Amino acid sequence: MAFINGITLLLIFQLLGEIAVRLSQLPVPGPVAGMLLLFIALLLRGRSGDSLERAANGLLGHLSLLFIPAGVGLMVHLHRVGEEWLPVTVAIAASTVLTLALSGLLLQWLLRRRDQRTAGDD
Amino acid sequence: MTDALPGELWLALSDTPLFGLTATLLAYTLAHRLALAGRGHPLLNPVVTAVALLMGLLWLTGIDYASYFEGARFIHFLLGPATVAMAVPLYQQLPRLRRMLGPLLLTLLAGVLVNVLSALLLARWLGGSEVMLRTLSPKSVTTPVAMGIAAEVGGIPSLTAVFVVVTGIFGAVVGQWVFRVLQVTDNAARGFAMGLAAHGIGTARAFQLNAVMGAFSGLALALAALLTAALLPAIVDVLVSP
Repeated sequence: MAFINGITLLLIFQLLGEIAVRLSQLPVPGPVAGMLLLFIALLLRGRSGDSLERAANGLLGHLSLLFIPAGVGLMVHLHRVGEEWLPVTVAIAASTVLTLALSGLLLQWLLRRRDQRTAGDD
Repeated sequence: MTDALPGELWLALSDTPLFGLTATLLAYTLAHRLALAGRGHPLLNPVVTAVALLMGLLWLTGIDYASYFEGARFIHFLLGPATVAMAVPLYQQLPRLRRMLGPLLLTLLAGVLVNVLSALLLARWLGGSEVMLRTLSPKSVTTPVAMGIAAEVGGIPSLTAVFVVVTGIFGAVVGQWVFRVLQVTDNAARGFAMGLAAHGIGTARAFQLNAVMGAFSGLALALAALLTAALLPAIVDVLVSP
């Protein structure tokens, strides 16, 4: 029953997220708003609980599975890139590598610098 | 092309949601085993293998994507609750999260700007058309947000969805390699970068590697969606002239 309770809770928060997005007209998808609402609810409640953890781990442990249907959709649309495949491919590949590199290095550097500073204060 | 395979039984079966659902789960099971056998080698990413298997299967059987998706949509739907579920690992990282707020927000801003600017400038330099630039611009955020932004900035939302998937798969595959070469060893930093560059598919990869990495990737995914939605229309206005 724990898993069912957890899933139900997730769906309730997704629903709340959808409602919040419609009401506020923010350009965010319902599930992302639901995630933020659940995070706030957990902050207020002070613990996440067994059923929610089980449902979350079950879904997130196999997150890759959930992207497969959309991935197969590539075969329908890929030809539409047509003659512009070069700028598109280069832009996607280069910007992705650049973003991975820059944000990884920057965050690691900022965290280490701060850790050193707090260590120095002691 | 379904005619190529005789028998009413086949027709009946390929017409029910059962086909798409079972095929997706089977393909994932195989892909997952292959990834385990290859000790998680990035090129054996289960999304890549399973998508390739299913494309092959659809091509061989002549079943079109719409009938496949009839069944696969049950799995696709779970992306919603899974996104909500990312609040749980994030909450478990709360003590670290509190201490890291400043660095996280700074990295978020830098990451989103570099991502969008480098993609747009490169595509423009290589002769990408105006519509293509607009379509490409939100490629690094999770699909529903990306499609919404694409519509707002004058791109083609359904083609944006394709770029989102390609970006996610590419980032998930090359991420570890980039981190190894640059010696990014901190799992929070790795995860956050993965979520910024490769949204949900990168996050799926991050959860496979490490729980902390997954939690921070999910956080980056949500924050990048919010910030990109806020900034992109103005950036596209400046960089992409009609």
